[in-house]
Amino acid sequence: MISTTLVVVTGLAYLLLLFAIAWYGDRRAAQGRSIIASPWVYALSIAVYATAWTYFGSVGRASVDGIWFLPIYLGPTLVMIVGWIVIRKMIRITRTHRITSIADFIASRYGKSSLIAGLVTVIVVIGIVPYIALQLKAISASYLMLTAPADPAAPLAAARWWQDSALYVALALAGFIILFGTRHLDVTERHEGMVAAIAFESLIKLLAFLAVGLFVVYGLFNGLGDLFGQAMANAELAGLLRFEAGAHSDYLFSQWFGLVLLAGLAFLFLPRQFQVMVIENVDERHLKRAVWVFPLYLLLINLFVLPIALAGLMFFANDGADPDLFVLSLPLISRHEALALFVWIGGLSAATGMVIVEAIAVSTMICNHLVVPVLLRTQRFSDRTAGDLTRLLLNIRRIGIIFLLLLSYLYFFLAGEAYALVSIGLISFAAVAQFAPAALAGMYWKGGTAPGVLAGLGAGFGLWVYTLMLPSIAKSGWISGAFVEYGPFGQAWLMPEQLFGLSGLDPLTHSLFWSLLANISAYVLVSLWSRPSAREASQAMLFVDVHQRAGGAQPVFWQGRARIEDLQRLASRFLGAARTAALFDHVNGQTAPGARAGEADARLVQQVETQLAGAIGSASARVMVASVVNEEDLELHDVMRILDEASQLRMYSRALEEKSHSLQQATEELRAANEQLKSLDRLKDDFMSSVTHELRTPLTSIRAVAEMMHDDPDMPDERRQEFLDIVVRESERLSRLVGQVLDLARIEAGHAEWHNSDIDMAAIVDQAVASMAEQYADKNARIEVSGERNPGLIRADADRLIQVLLNLLSNALRHLPDQGGKVRVDVGDSSDGVTVSVIDNGPGISEPEQAEVFDKFRQVGDRQRRQGGTGLGLPISRQIIEHFGGRMWVESVPGKGAEFSFFLPRQSAPEITRAAVDTREEEPRP
Amino acid sequence: MKQALVQKLLALFCLGWLLLSFPLLKLWDHPVSLFGLPLLPAGLFAVWALLIVVLAWLMEREVG
Repeated sequence: MISTTLVVVTGLAYLLLLFAIAWYGDRRAAQGRSIIASPWVYALSIAVYATAWTYFGSVGRASVDGIWFLPIYLGPTLVMIVGWIVIRKMIRITRTHRITSIADFIASRYGKSSLIAGLVTVIVVIGIVPYIALQLKAISASYLMLTAPADPAAPLAAARWWQDSALYVALALAGFIILFGTRHLDVTERHEGMVAAIAFESLIKLLAFLAVGLFVVYGLFNGLGDLFGQAMANAELAGLLRFEAGAHSDYLFSQWFGLVLLAGLAFLFLPRQFQVMVIENVDERHLKRAVWVFPLYLLLINLFVLPIALAGLMFFANDGADPDLFVLSLPLISRHEALALFVWIGGLSAATGMVIVEAIAVSTMICNHLVVPVLLRTQRFSDRTAGDLTRLLLNIRRIGIIFLLLLSYLYFFLAGEAYALVSIGLISFAAVAQFAPAALAGMYWKGGTAPGVLAGLGAGFGLWVYTLMLPSIAKSGWISGAFVEYGPFGQAWLMPEQLFGLSGLDPLTHSLFWSLLANISAYVLVSLWSRPSAREASQAMLFVDVHQRAGGAQPVFWQGRARIEDLQRLASRFLGAARTAALFDHVNGQTAPGARAGEADARLVQQVETQLAGAIGSASARVMVASVVNEEDLELHDVMRILDEASQLRMYSRALEEKSHSLQQATEELRAANEQLKSLDRLKDDFMSSVTHELRTPLTSIRAVAEMMHDDPDMPDERRQEFLDIVVRESERLSRLVGQVLDLARIEAGHAEWHNSDIDMAAIVDQAVASMAEQYADKNARIEVSGERNPGLIRADADRLIQVLLNLLSNALRHLPDQGGKVRVDVGDSSDGVTVSVIDNGPGISEPEQAEVFDKFRQVGDRQRRQGGTGLGLPISRQIIEHFGGRMWVESVPGKGAEFSFFLPRQSAPEITRAAVDTREEEPRP
Repeated sequence: MKQALVQKLLALFCLGWLLLSFPLLKLWDHPVSLFGLPLLPAGLFAVWALLIVVLAWLMEREVG
């Protein structure tokens, strides 16, 4: 036994710690530095799924039914496998439409129907109250166990005063949740601080449960082998390790299947799961890790359930100890009180975590879907046009929380004792599972309609009440159990737990089967029979195709007239001044195209409605917006038109994007081409001036000597002959220059003539050297030939190659020193082709100039040495060599001469020449 | 969303569903023990862990 004071103080201190975490989380969120923006925190917050029911009830169930506690955790695991597909879509939809709860989700999908939202909320309240009662029961029962005398056989019910303590717990929790969840005037649906506290609680309950598990297995027994060995020696306990343990009929498969399905569906649609998993999600990508971390959490927290149950049964054989509390009684009986206190804190975490999130989620639903719609219809409320209603909304939620917890306490007071924890939880699960057809089909099937949902939910919920809820109340003795035993009015075929004579199933599977059957059938059949309204059709498209409508191309399903001023006043009533200002900030001073000043366009109306939906739910937001604007009814064909326009717009914008991309590319290319043209133009200008200069020099001398001959008729014949020689030589130079310019133009334009034959490069070199020999002798320069004397034959144009060599040789000659000039022509032969190098001992060419030497019209070296060159020899030579598939390059060390080389390939030459040559030049070859 | 991942997840879901329901579950239902552990719970937890490992592998391998 632990002293009451210690337990109470510890419990309160723990709650204070939670509050501190929540406060810190909220403060960080306000600063924009979220502490919950992590997939791990997200996964831990989803673990609010494990409530006191898991913490205490799993052991209780395992001690009766063995392995049958597991399906409740296998269902969510299977759902999480496809979580990346299903839950991600729910998150995307919720974010797009600012959905606030599971009721809002379903109502929004089916045309923002207030009726559906209200019905879902009613089902949730009725279905979830027992579940919250279960947590209260767990807290007070565990508290009692901890503070009771250490005799487990002592009947708990003997202490009358703790019933008041449950009330106290309920009220304390209500106050705590009000502080937690409704502190802000800002009524948006997200609560970062709460999520942080819930994640922390999940961690604590896991650690506590693992601690007691390890204690039992290794403290009370010598490991798992020992524990299971002892259990299996006992025939009764060994039975718990078989399937038959929990199934008292021939319907093993159905019951297992039913539990897995039930847990999977409940996991998706429980209000608190929807809250933490979908609404509080910070970043869609967190889901990626959470989908496997959460099942892992479930696996870990269930690891020691069976060992603890077996150990409890062995320790307290038949002495009446409550199996639900084995996790506490085992440490207590072995006098490990600190561990027991820690385990109690873990249980407190499990219970409070669930109650906190559930109460916040459900009170939001009560406020948005039950109270606000009623208020909106009362005259007095709509008269208060000017007032800020955010405080009123918060107060409604606070009252909702108190109402919910008191209701739960009442249920606990009246019916709680009759049931084990697990049975209560499963009743709630079955209620929530009724949302599955409407919500799941609504995300993937556009054909579902609001009447279908109302029919399906009505039928499913009705059957749930009749086959599960009423019998459970009857069993707790609150109403007469006769109708369960014999059927209403003695009609046996209407017996709630054997409807239409269907017997053999346990009550839960039985109820689940009938309610889901009726639910799905009614939903599908009525949906197929009824025509969706325009708003339903538009919402269906927005939900089902949510992944295709990312970004700004969302179609806006609204038409009519609205004044910005009216919308602004409406928004400020529900959102507060600051957020309204932010919302309207960007529209001030600008008017939508085609609209008159002060008038809002459809997109703004939709934005306001979406923001309002975040505060009061989509159905109420719809009603409020409709009340201040002058809107035209949407018809189905309007929806189709808007959709067409939107998809056309999307198409246009995509086409525009492509166009602008290719345009940009074209601009880049044009700019590059322009740069090239400019530089070519500059080169051309340079060339023109250089060519004119070159043309003028011979012309000047021709003119000078011609004038002299003209002015002096008595000129001696020898002198006249000498002058005529000059005229002839200079004319030759002129025509050579003109010829080169024309030649280059022809080669570049591809009009040059090529006369190909098999040639011996050594002979060509000899020929070229011989024709230059005289000029070299004139300049006292030596010329010699080295290297291979019998290179392989090359197919090329002999005259052109001689032209190349003459160019290189005269180029070298121009740059030779006046004394001791020397040029060597080297011929190299390889299997690939022939390389010819012309090596001089002139001044050489510097590195930057080497790069330019083959550019057209570019002459390097000092001015004097350029004399006689045209700046075209090297470019022409290179063009010729490249025409034959070869390449030409220069190597030089300044001061030590230059080496111009070209390589001609052997193999590819024929093909290249053939491709480039006019067909008429082709000679038939033998 | 990569279609390949979606297909793999759906396949894993079907596999999990099969492994965790009858008649395959019946395979574990024998009164024998494996390394001192009763076969049924050990088998169930093993299948469960296997599903989680494969799921984690699939999700964490995906970039972005």
